[in-house]
Amino acid sequence: MKLIKAFWTKLKSPSKAALGIVLFMGFAGGLMFWGAFNMGMEATNTEEFCSGCHAPIVAEIQETIHYSNRSGVRAICSDCHVPHEWTDKIVRKVQASKELVFHFMGTIDTPEKFQERRAHLAEREWARLKANDSLECRNCHQFEYMDFSEQGSRSAKLHSTALANGEKTCVDCHKGIAHKLPDMHGVEGWQ
Amino acid sequence: MKKPSLFILAAVLSTAAWAQQENLGDTGGLASLRGVTPLQDTRPADDLKKFPREQALESDYVYQPPLIPHNIRNYEVSLNANKCLSCHSWKNAKEMGATKISVTHYVNREDAVLADMSPRRYFCLQCHVPQANAKPLVKNDFQRVDSLRQQ
Repeated sequence: MKLIKAFWTKLKSPSKAALGIVLFMGFAGGLMFWGAFNMGMEATNTEEFCSGCHAPIVAEIQETIHYSNRSGVRAICSDCHVPHEWTDKIVRKVQASKELVFHFMGTIDTPEKFQERRAHLAEREWARLKANDSLECRNCHQFEYMDFSEQGSRSAKLHSTALANGEKTCVDCHKGIAHKLPDMHGVEGWQ
Repeated sequence: MKKPSLFILAAVLSTAAWAQQENLGDTGGLASLRGVTPLQDTRPADDLKKFPREQALESDYVYQPPLIPHNIRNYEVSLNANKCLSCHSWKNAKEMGATKISVTHYVNREDAVLADMSPRRYFCLQCHVPQANAKPLVKNDFQRVDSLRQQ
């Protein structure tokens, strides 16, 4: 009790430290907090971190051009599934914390349960990309710099019309580019 | 009289066996699909063949399943999805400017015409394959039938 009282008086009485030191401590503390926060954000953006729970899904990308290609430029999970801009990133990270709840509830803890929910999960991600106009695709694939003459005739035709006038966005046609597809019956443009 | 001839036979046989052992893997100068490399040597691998992005491919015989004239890397054809049909189905072909799958794909094995593609025709790559830029390994004199031959 005595100890708590002494601590309280110490907190209440003005510090004898010079203003400069107090400011410096605040500055250093802020710096450390910010650094640690950002480091945490980065750590939860790595492929290893995602593989911790989503290993079979992470493995699916390995056959695709976003993993292995002639020039060696590649995308990792967070490049497509987490926004790059800071504020959007925080929003997405907070939304993703919901996954932890379902992880501990065991909603998808067997491959069979995953297969059953796969279409639902994929549809959520398509809807997210549709809503933000395929923002994560466009972080690398910028429409302004597409050279239609270098594209196949069919892709040039559709990119210069439906994509150019904003009627369609990347994910409308490019589904399953990094993963296996769920049941596509009833999905627009398939079968 | 009997013994020396047996001895000679044994000598000849063992020499032959020895010679054969020495020549293990000798192809005798005969070229095979792997060239004139002796059997015990590992020849450097050929360059990997590439699939051109777009190419024109003609049929060689009547009823040939047409070859795929474009790259099909990572096109999924499974129970869940058929990437080929997203352009080549009758529903999508016109909009995508692609070739429609043939009417034969709508017929089942009892010759009944179905409303949708017959399940036995669903797995496109059983018959249709892309063509790599590979030259024939063996020369052959195959000629297209008259109706397909281009003058």
